[in-house]
Amino acid sequence: MALLEINNLEVHYGVIQALKGISFEVNEGEIIALIGANGAGKTTTLHTISGILQASSGNIIYDGKDITKMQAHKIVNLGISQVPEGRRVFAQLSVLENLKLGAFIRKDKDGIEEDLRNIYERFPRLEERKNQMAGTLSGGEQQMLAMGRALMSRPRIILMDEPSMGLSPIYVSEIFDIIKSINKDGTTVLLVEQNAKKALSIADRAYVLETGKIALSGDAKDLMNNDTVKKAYLGE
Amino acid sequence: MSFISNIIDGINLGSIYAIIALGYTMVYGIAKMLNFAHGDVIMIGGYVLYEIIQGLGYHPLLAIFLSMLVCTVLGVVIERVAYKPLRGATSLAVLITAIGVSYLLQNVAQLIFTSNPKNFDSGIDFGTISLAGGDLKIKGSTILTIVVSAAIVVGLLIFIKKSKTGRAMLAVSEDKDAARLMGVDVNKTIAITFAIGSALAAIASFFMLTAMPNLTPTTGSMPGIKAFVAAVFGGIGSIPGAFVGGILLGIIESLSKKYISTTLANAIVFLVLIIVLIFKPTGLFGKKIKEKV
Repeated sequence: MALLEINNLEVHYGVIQALKGISFEVNEGEIIALIGANGAGKTTTLHTISGILQASSGNIIYDGKDITKMQAHKIVNLGISQVPEGRRVFAQLSVLENLKLGAFIRKDKDGIEEDLRNIYERFPRLEERKNQMAGTLSGGEQQMLAMGRALMSRPRIILMDEPSMGLSPIYVSEIFDIIKSINKDGTTVLLVEQNAKKALSIADRAYVLETGKIALSGDAKDLMNNDTVKKAYLGE
Repeated sequence: MSFISNIIDGINLGSIYAIIALGYTMVYGIAKMLNFAHGDVIMIGGYVLYEIIQGLGYHPLLAIFLSMLVCTVLGVVIERVAYKPLRGATSLAVLITAIGVSYLLQNVAQLIFTSNPKNFDSGIDFGTISLAGGDLKIKGSTILTIVVSAAIVVGLLIFIKKSKTGRAMLAVSEDKDAARLMGVDVNKTIAITFAIGSALAAIASFFMLTAMPNLTPTTGSMPGIKAFVAAVFGGIGSIPGAFVGGILLGIIESLSKKYISTTLANAIVFLVLIIVLIFKPTGLFGKKIKEKV
């Protein structure tokens, strides 16, 4: 049984239909890439899974449970965490306060301290800047903070929305290495990216979204060699 | 000495504005709306105090406690019934609703208590302190008002910085959806904010009626508007700003009454607001909002 199962999901913004019945699944331990152009419905998909947006039909099954109508703050409790597009760190709060907010749903003080140490180990720059306001960090550091913050809830699956957006090439490679290592440590990853080449290079499987529908799907390696994908998304 | 005693009166008045302004500023900071019914919650709190102390003859401390309870419930109910359904609506719709709630409360109070003024007397003798060989007299209630108001500000700042609920408030204030993704229940956090603001309104009501004992169904509206001015003056959304704005406004009002004109005092208060907004649109403690492109 898949960890996350999306069935015929439809989402509307007023009269505009953003998702026209998409279905896909994410198995425990996988990295799944969701690629596609601007406006294809990638962010809408992640926001609907997280409960920020409501589906107009279809359902989302997580760990055997229907979470389609569940409120966002309860979904986090189940082990689904999101690194939102544009990082959306709390700019006026310190790095440490941001990380603590990531652990908002948890009550195990020792566990939180332990995870904080792990995150500082993974992102040493966050420890150096722990008392600095998050808004003063560089784009790459903010991305690390957003990832660290999402990890603080100890998720089983982490949804990442355009983690490489607006970053310098050096940071992009670093961020993708981090995603791989997060996955290696046991967290399932659903990755939304415009940088299709990078996304496919680390993913197990991938789905290609085109204006609210899934146009293609398969093993990431196969998709990388697919002529349509090459033309439309890899610029070859 | 009369100048100093006017300043002290101003600080007393300003402390009351400050407590009311905290309710405005917290709700604005977290729910991003102006709760124009806040002044009328104070008025309802006043009638609760009056009925319990002078109607039923109970101890003022019990009356303050019950008044806080009634105001808290009232504030949360108003938010749930009138404002929550409008989450995501235009700010104009919310503003008009708030004004509607304000008139509703005033008219309900008029139906129950009539519009005949009531003379509030808490029955507590706060005493008077004489300084400078009897030239300067300060009422005990004045000192208590100032001390309580300052203590509330410090308490709130600590609560927001140190408690989990406080951190949730900061997160909601910055980015509601990002807060949701952290597992913060945004509706609950907004309800708690209304509860705190309304409980403070009951405290403000006690000190206001102690200083100005005249109680009518419209008693809350002028202090409510002035406290709103104080909140904007200090930088809406900022807790220290609400306190400083309140105190400054009280002093300006008190000195205008004494040295310029009693009838013009209110006009001067609003004029000061306009001047501040021209030169510093975000208020004294307002945060500059950076637009990221």
